[in-house]
Amino acid sequence: MLDFFFGHYAYWFSIILFSIGMYGMLFKKTLIKKIIGLSILQSSVILFFVSVASKVDATVPVYDYNIPVENVANYMNPLPHTLMLTAIVVGVATLGVAFTLLIAIYNRYQTLDEQELIERIHD
Amino acid sequence: MIETQIPALIALAFVLFAILIPVFSLWRSELAQPLAVVGSGLAATLSLFGFINYLNNGAIRYFFGGWEPPIGIEFVYDGLSAFMVLVINTIALLVLIHSKHISKREFPGKEMPYFTMAMLMMLGFNGMVLTGDLFNFYVFLEISSLASYALIAIGEKQAPFSAFRYLIIGTTGGTLYLLGIGFLYTVTGTLNLIDMSAMLPMVADNTAVIAALILMIVGIGVKAALFPMHGWLPDAYTYASSSSTALIAPIGTKVAAYMLFRIVLYLFGVELIDAVAPLTTVIGVLACIGILYGSIMAIAQTELKRMLAFSSISQIGYIIMGLSLANPFGFAGALLHVVNHAAMKACLFLVSGNLRLKEGHTNITRFDDSFRKKYPWTMASFTVAAISMVGLPPLAGFFSKWYLALGTIDNENWLFLAVILVSSLLNAVYFFRILEKVYMKNPDAADKETIAADVKRNEVSTSMLTPTIILALSLFVIGFANAVIVGFLMNIFPMQ
Repeated sequence: MLDFFFGHYAYWFSIILFSIGMYGMLFKKTLIKKIIGLSILQSSVILFFVSVASKVDATVPVYDYNIPVENVANYMNPLPHTLMLTAIVVGVATLGVAFTLLIAIYNRYQTLDEQELIERIHD
Repeated sequence: MIETQIPALIALAFVLFAILIPVFSLWRSELAQPLAVVGSGLAATLSLFGFINYLNNGAIRYFFGGWEPPIGIEFVYDGLSAFMVLVINTIALLVLIHSKHISKREFPGKEMPYFTMAMLMMLGFNGMVLTGDLFNFYVFLEISSLASYALIAIGEKQAPFSAFRYLIIGTTGGTLYLLGIGFLYTVTGTLNLIDMSAMLPMVADNTAVIAALILMIVGIGVKAALFPMHGWLPDAYTYASSSSTALIAPIGTKVAAYMLFRIVLYLFGVELIDAVAPLTTVIGVLACIGILYGSIMAIAQTELKRMLAFSSISQIGYIIMGLSLANPFGFAGALLHVVNHAAMKACLFLVSGNLRLKEGHTNITRFDDSFRKKYPWTMASFTVAAISMVGLPPLAGFFSKWYLALGTIDNENWLFLAVILVSSLLNAVYFFRILEKVYMKNPDAADKETIAADVKRNEVSTSMLTPTIILALSLFVIGFANAVIVGFLMNIFPMQ
């Protein structure tokens, strides 16, 4: 049982981060905090991919003369890292669009608090 | 020679014009809309050629950089994607032709960013349809989503807030989909759809597979506005500019529904899913609830655009229901409904755009019989599309519902059949109340309840009227040609 917890500790951290992000998006009243939650949620998935790629006693995926190419267990899997580079770029773009929308919202309603915002919209 | 390059060329046409529009707009800002029309026209022409080529020579797998999968990324141009690409690019062409005057009225001076975003969004949608790689799909999903957040934020005062809500929900959906890919990648070691579908039966007893499927269905379901994940849609469609809504509503949710087809029927296969959990039934029941919920909420609306948005939730339910039936009739009915609904919804949203331009509002309670004198062709198109939505023959909407009903009878699923029939009735309620307001009184009669006789014909300009009428006429054409389309769709059903 303990092995299950400690053997997968990287995944537990991903799950904790995922929950924190979800909590931030659902329960925080300020729109900026919701975006922070969103960003944490994305990071948790990025870290999940990165921890999937890791192998014990493996080196970076650059050809080493001492290790033949056939020994795939000695090289880390580079693909998840590459995918996550793209996912990070997507995350940055999403943050950019989100903050742009927040600026537009603030300019129109002078508030970023969700409750106040909804009241001002219905006025 | 060029035939084999068509999948990449369709996507590249949008990239090219997404660059050309800002460049030429520096010189003449009024060139943005014509260039967008040229760009989507080019893509529509290429998809038409590609579709004819598919019919003659069969499917194309386009390997980027010559790297064959599973190492490289590919575009798969088979029957389903060729069909979808043709539909979405044709609709986009008509809507972009229509948006000339609306863009001048609703967001003057912002044509350049608007049409650049429209091109990028179409790039994302085409990429989503064409790609044969799960991660590549995620990237295109985010491209189209980011562009559509921007398009939805252009509009009324509260549009940025509804776009922000969509961004939060949509990005969460995208992230869940990415997590699902992660699960599948750890158990199969590949991201290519064709490669993975060969490997999945070997690892089917791994619980990660079904968890991945649920994550992916939830993630894409957000984009498709499948019932419990539909919350973003009504506000986003109501407050966005008329031309944004007309562009996103017919295309966006359909592309996401297409990806559900790819994942459920092509990648996993219904046998594999149902051996573990009755997920297809769950999706079907959610779709049914969505159909009824959307229809009932549409009846309660007084704003035309909001009513159409709720009706979109209900219509996407039909498509997902056809998916959950997983038999040839359901498949053909659902995909025929993709075409029909794209044409009908585009037509209805163009009508709402026409009315907003001329009247300044689309409040149903203020509709009256003067409309039929002021906008004879617009209202005629509306009537055709509305009757097609209700599903009366010989219009297109009847046939997709007919094949869906045949599919439910084939599966002996009487609940779904009842839902189809009841919701047609509800559709009739919310469309006929508008038709009743517009057509049931005589404007020339001396009756004091009718409007004054000095109402003049005030129809919108040709560039707006032509796409509306073409879409309305296409409903007759699809209706009469339904046997041809359904025959084609039955042939590409993946599980013979």
